[in-house]
Amino acid sequence: MQNSILDLDQVSVSFDGFYALTDLDFKLYPGELRSIIGPNGAGKTTFLDVITGKVKPTKGNVKLRGKNIIGLSEQKISRMGVGRKFQTPRVFENLTVQRNLELTASPTKTPWALLTKSLSSVARDEVFKIMEYVGLAPYAKLQAGSLSHGQKQWLAISMLVAQSPDIILLDEPVAGLTDDETSKTAELIKSLAGEHTVVVIEHDMEFIRDLGAPVTVLHQGQKLTEGSLEEVKRDPRVIEVYLGQTDEN
Amino acid sequence: MDLIFSQLLDGLSIGAVLLLAATGLAIVFGLMGVINLAHGEFMMIGAYVTFVVQNIFRPLGGFAFEAYYIIALFASFIVTAIFGVVLEKTLIRRLYGRPLETLLATWGISLILIQFVRSVSLAMVIGIAVTALLGWVLNKFLPLPLKQASFASYLKGSLWTVAGIIGLIAISTTASIGRFFSNPWFGPRNLDVTPPKWLQGTWGSIAGIELPGIRIFIIILSALLIAAVVWFLTKSVWGVRIRAVTQNREMSNCLGIPTDSVDSITFGIGSGLAGVAGCAITLLGSVGPNLGGAYIVSCFMVIVLGGVGNLLGTIIASMMLGIIQSIIGSGSLLIAFPDMPNSIRSVVEFFATTSMSYVLVFIFIIAFLQFKPTGMFPQKGRSVEA
Amino acid sequence: MKLFKRLVPWILLAFAFFILPAMANSELFGFSQFRLNLFGRYFSLAFVALGVDLIWGYTGLLSLGQGIFFSLGGYAIAMHLLLVTKNDFTTGANGLPKFFENYGVDNLPFFWEPFWSFPVSIIAVFIVPSVIAGFVGYLIFRNRIKGVYFSIITQASLMVFYHFFNGQQKLVNGTNGLKTSTTEIFGLVAGSDEAQILFFRITLILLPFAYLLCKYLTSGRFGDSLVAIRDDEPRLRFSGFNPTPFKVIVFVVAGGLAGISGALYTVQSGIVSPQFMSISMSIEMVIWVAVGGRGTLVGPIIGAVLVNYLRSLVSEALPEAWLFVQGALFVFVVVLMPDGIYGWFTKGGFTSMLAAFGIAKKTATYPKLDFDESVQEESFKV
Repeated sequence: MQNSILDLDQVSVSFDGFYALTDLDFKLYPGELRSIIGPNGAGKTTFLDVITGKVKPTKGNVKLRGKNIIGLSEQKISRMGVGRKFQTPRVFENLTVQRNLELTASPTKTPWALLTKSLSSVARDEVFKIMEYVGLAPYAKLQAGSLSHGQKQWLAISMLVAQSPDIILLDEPVAGLTDDETSKTAELIKSLAGEHTVVVIEHDMEFIRDLGAPVTVLHQGQKLTEGSLEEVKRDPRVIEVYLGQTDEN
Repeated sequence: MDLIFSQLLDGLSIGAVLLLAATGLAIVFGLMGVINLAHGEFMMIGAYVTFVVQNIFRPLGGFAFEAYYIIALFASFIVTAIFGVVLEKTLIRRLYGRPLETLLATWGISLILIQFVRSVSLAMVIGIAVTALLGWVLNKFLPLPLKQASFASYLKGSLWTVAGIIGLIAISTTASIGRFFSNPWFGPRNLDVTPPKWLQGTWGSIAGIELPGIRIFIIILSALLIAAVVWFLTKSVWGVRIRAVTQNREMSNCLGIPTDSVDSITFGIGSGLAGVAGCAITLLGSVGPNLGGAYIVSCFMVIVLGGVGNLLGTIIASMMLGIIQSIIGSGSLLIAFPDMPNSIRSVVEFFATTSMSYVLVFIFIIAFLQFKPTGMFPQKGRSVEA
Repeated sequence: MKLFKRLVPWILLAFAFFILPAMANSELFGFSQFRLNLFGRYFSLAFVALGVDLIWGYTGLLSLGQGIFFSLGGYAIAMHLLLVTKNDFTTGANGLPKFFENYGVDNLPFFWEPFWSFPVSIIAVFIVPSVIAGFVGYLIFRNRIKGVYFSIITQASLMVFYHFFNGQQKLVNGTNGLKTSTTEIFGLVAGSDEAQILFFRITLILLPFAYLLCKYLTSGRFGDSLVAIRDDEPRLRFSGFNPTPFKVIVFVVAGGLAGISGALYTVQSGIVSPQFMSISMSIEMVIWVAVGGRGTLVGPIIGAVLVNYLRSLVSEALPEAWLFVQGALFVFVVVLMPDGIYGWFTKGGFTSMLAAFGIAKKTATYPKLDFDESVQEESFKV
């Protein structure tokens, strides 16, 4: 059995007595593609917050490649190879598309290096390749703030690709995208898996089906079940939390 | 020990004034995210309203004069609340969600208010009235095609400028008529408010220590008002609406809560509290146009120290600030403990002026924030940082 | 045309450098030595404005404490001048600066000692403010204090310094401040016309360097990171950047610029006093930048000169009106002209006005700005 790259062990997060996550166990293996679904308030975003260091768990362990990352700052965890896209696309609105990508693509992130060295031509080529792929190349010199919602989503995902972390966490990557864009995103994500480890949180079941990845269902801060989408869909507990009734009668 | 106790009482009353003002500021900041740098000037307006009420009642004498202060309390609340509502409706409304911009704009307002109090005269009031009336009429009776033209906003701006210039001319012409028109009402100098007799003197004594009426009155006043604010925010219909809007503006809007009115009322109440604080200040010292500046930084410190939107924190922080300032700043520690070691004595002496007590308090607060960056009573939960 | 645009600032600078002093000498067009001195002061204020622009315009942190660094620079140069000058106006009977006599101080306070040396003092003008800015900045940024909290804390720090300098008569002459007009520098009396022209020219020589420094900091990837911090600091963290050193560096540079500004201003106004650390002075610095155009480097210079020139004109004509004008300026710029004068011309405000009057063609903006509710809501949260 392969060693897990990310390992959550009995993680709980409480906000003033309200438990957003309860004793969550979660393992992720290198190169894996995993989807996470769950109704609103299931703790999906908090789950990402814990992994990326935004929220400190009340109890439990989070290990990245066997190393405990609890208490590390967001930037340290990010430098260890964890990248995240937020629920709403967060881009640097007053920078151009190209500069957004170049900034995240930069391998060195210290002030001194940014002042004295320019970006390597390899990294710059990579940025252009990404822009070509997602169709943002014509907008390279445009301020990111003037892009449409869908374009911002793409840019946010592109920034992650440019950053090229080992683990890519995507929070609702296709919210507000058209069907065409959605299937293209699914393609992109599938191509990322393997080289990267990818976690996708989505409500769009079509999209989850497109991904064809194992699904983890979260409910009230706990892992309800795990398996392929078809298996999960048949699970009476899943039907209950989504539809609010059981098949028992 | 008596000295320390009376300084403590002094500190408590200063803290009580701070508490009133800071609560107003905290309501506006905590509930609306607006930094109001003109808050100190609202205190100043409250103080001047007290002065005006006093002068109206003085000739009446007797019981009427004794009661003026109570009326002044209400008047200062109402007048400053009106100022606040007008400010919210005209300016703050345009700047929601941009706290740094509101900070700058309200600083501009505070400058205008300070100078207004210094130089307001009958001529000036006439000039302002002329400008307001003219600007309104000109824009009201603008032909419809012009109103809908693409350059309408620029045109309106120019019309207001014209009205302003005519207003200026009106000021200078009326001012040249005579001193009756041009004399400033208050002027730049400090004015004094005489407390009514029942507030002067002492209100009994505890264990041989006299209780000065003014101090006790301020402390009671502040306690009552804070209780009223708590009741209003938690129990009254409008209070519930205010809290609803704070938590989810869109949802409140959908539920039929008039969010515009809620904003105005919130801002009005915050400002009104500043007015009452100003009214209380008149009992402690003289009234001047620069009164607000002295308190505004302390008010912000109270909020930072106590944590935003936390009443208990605000109370403790303001009392602490008041007491530290009065006990250390007055140098009464030196008198109360005459035989402290020399090294400590020199340190205490170093800080034993009003100026240096500020230095001490602010350094203390900045140091405190190193350990508790979110104040004594931080807010928790996922709403804290988006 | 492009070359011409690039040359304009240098031509203006050369004009100010050579022609203005000559005009002042011959009182041409009513321009006098007095005016020249005022313009020298305005230009020296442009330095601090550049610093405010770095920290506020680019990085989005509104510092209300720049007056600290401004005054420290002023005090540094004033202390040196008071020490080295030996004449009847500035030196007391015990050989120390005269004001010490009033408080019966016979021994020079220890921190005055380094200021005997000219090079040390000149270096102290920007190093002392920078170090203090670095210290204060590190303490604040380390704890992720930002937004209005940063503004409030810097204002409180300002009050600490203000009350300290105001309260310490025996050390720095308290509220009276230090007068430099009667001191001597380069063999000239600091208040004399020759010295003032010299200061004016030094200011103009240094200004391009300050500008270029800021240009260097803001144009490259470092500058991009600053803008990124302003736009979405948490997001930058998740990309692996630690914003703290960036912010500290910018705060240090802004502090150093403020120090230089304060020194130049002090020798040209003839005094440094705790009034430089008043709350209003530091907020005014922000409005110079806002009026000129934040987030641009030309804007702060234009703003500092224009607003202060306006101040002189209004105060001379009708002293009482200045606060009204200034207050209105704050409101006007924030509400109606957020890009400032320079930004209004360069970012399309001017053309849209022309378009409104049908003089210029409306420029098409593509792609359209996004009005997605959820995006708006997210950016609404502070």
